[in-house]
Amino acid sequence: MRRVPVPILAYFAVMAALPLFMGASGLFYDAFQAIFVFSLVGLGLNVVTGFTGLLNLGMAAFMAIGAYTFAILTSDIYPFQIGFWWGILATVAIGAVAGFLLGAPTLGLSGDYLAIVTMGFGEITLDVLKNLDAVTKGTQGINPLPRPTFGSWSLDLQEERGWYWLLLGFVLLAVLAVRRLERSRSGRAWLSIREDALASQCMGIPPKLTKMIAFATGSALAALGGALFAALLSSTGEPASYDFQVSILALCIVIVGGMGSVAGTLVGAVVMVGMNSLVLVKLADWAGAAGVGNASNVLASPNNWKYLIFGLALILVVRLKPDGLLPPRLEGSAS
Amino acid sequence: MEWVDFFLQQLITGLSNGMIIALIAIGYTMVYGIIELINFAHGDLFMLGAFLALTVLGAFGLGDWSGASAWAAVVIMLIASAGFCGALNWGVDRLAYKPLRNASKLSLLVSAIGASFILVNLGLFWGGLPMDVFAGGVAAAAPKDFPALVPNTNLLGDDSLVQFTPKDVLVWAVTVPLMIGLTWIVTRTRLGKAMRATAQNPVAARLMGIDTDRVIGATFLIGGALGGFASVIYSLYNNTISFQMGYRAGMDAFTAAVLGGIGSMPGAVTGALVIGLVRSMSDAYLETRWTNTIVFGILVLILIFRPSGLLGSRAKEKV
Repeated sequence: MRRVPVPILAYFAVMAALPLFMGASGLFYDAFQAIFVFSLVGLGLNVVTGFTGLLNLGMAAFMAIGAYTFAILTSDIYPFQIGFWWGILATVAIGAVAGFLLGAPTLGLSGDYLAIVTMGFGEITLDVLKNLDAVTKGTQGINPLPRPTFGSWSLDLQEERGWYWLLLGFVLLAVLAVRRLERSRSGRAWLSIREDALASQCMGIPPKLTKMIAFATGSALAALGGALFAALLSSTGEPASYDFQVSILALCIVIVGGMGSVAGTLVGAVVMVGMNSLVLVKLADWAGAAGVGNASNVLASPNNWKYLIFGLALILVVRLKPDGLLPPRLEGSAS
Repeated sequence: MEWVDFFLQQLITGLSNGMIIALIAIGYTMVYGIIELINFAHGDLFMLGAFLALTVLGAFGLGDWSGASAWAAVVIMLIASAGFCGALNWGVDRLAYKPLRNASKLSLLVSAIGASFILVNLGLFWGGLPMDVFAGGVAAAAPKDFPALVPNTNLLGDDSLVQFTPKDVLVWAVTVPLMIGLTWIVTRTRLGKAMRATAQNPVAARLMGIDTDRVIGATFLIGGALGGFASVIYSLYNNTISFQMGYRAGMDAFTAAVLGGIGSMPGAVTGALVIGLVRSMSDAYLETRWTNTIVFGILVLILIFRPSGLLGSRAKEKV
């Protein structure tokens, strides 16, 4: 078995140790819990877009499917109530099936058409969640959701560190799974389809089935991210929490990090989500403390600069580091 | 025959909205045709065009617009927004896309998403301008009222159940000549020939002595200007604008472009008319809240059974 690359080891070592220095609660945890959730979604999209070269603009829909599946299977307002762990397992399975089913009729489409179909799927999912409020509870979201239990002990919502490490553990599992898959028969088939679809078909790789497996894997990971996002809030939140912006955020994570690179995706999530939920919030605090953040002037509130900073960052990254911050190493160079 | 009137009404609304979407969709399809980029920033460019139009109007003062002065103001806004959006689109290409001509298509797409975010943010700031038209700029993010320069009177007489208003006339009077002019440019002029050549094969076009950078710049300029025209008639038709409206408009227009077969201009117009009609019919006969689902559902179905769009000619991917 290949050694785990240094950046990934370093990432998990640093991340696991960080809370020991950060106190028991605070903004840090909100930011990093979000970073881990989006790392899962990013890892999923990395399989689809990074490894297989299929542009998916609807990852938020799979997150939403995960969150609502988990909520319906576990919340006490529905009859299933299968508990946290079975709920997570079932969600991953249903996420995979959803990806497989969306993939079946659409993966024959060429790149940009596939992108628009996935975007449309995202919009349709959002509308269905909004409109079927008898099942999804509309803007209220489904809540409360069960806490994870370990034997007789269960993880309290206020236990920020526990949630942090739990989510980090899921990211670790996902990284191991994705790296394992990347080296498997399917993984090699994904890369070959991305590099040269015609040649790989000539070598006997079934293109559609291979793409469908990639789609199912990516969706399963995104659904896992969605389920954990909901569990973390003890609510699915409103359907708008899974809008197009979220899909774009996932795409930016993969591209800024480095397409096809697992370590890159982890870094991309820290940079993109961290900027969103840590840097800007901090800036707003400082501005408030300095007394410049008054409501009458739109320029004075740092939060109003969010999209501008986000947009500039994207343009600069693709200009200065076109392969991402941590591009994948060439196959065979490090075995 | 009340149901006939009702149906005719939806037909008029749908086609007028469709023509507005068509102008935006052409901007998408032209850029896609020439550099294979989904120009995410295009919808937000359209939004800024509307803000510019409102600013121009505000600079003249919020008087009692009527008759000839109202029509003069409409013409001035059309010219200002078209010029502004054309120049802005050209500038966005220069700054965000041109340095990436040889990069992967995905990098280009991310750059476009970045540009889109920046334009949205500029729209938010713009709404905070301390002008009367922006309600003093106090609530920057709130939707802005756009003065009703074009009256909503019924040209078919007050007794008619079908509304056909000067607004509809405005839409058709602006869009049809623009489309004819564009078709003339693309099919009859030297620039149009260069554009078609670049779209077909940029390398070969360069070898034939075509300055492809200039052609691409001109494409962005024209596409942007069309978006500017669209922003003014949209604002006059709907009388409210918001810095977030670019997303919805862009989504509809891009869907229209794909529906018709991206890269094809008649396709974009056809697709836009279909989207406009589907929207108005669904709003009227079904429920408004399901309209988006229906629009995208139709898109997905058409793409599954006709992967290159209604009028597209490109073959399905080989594998």
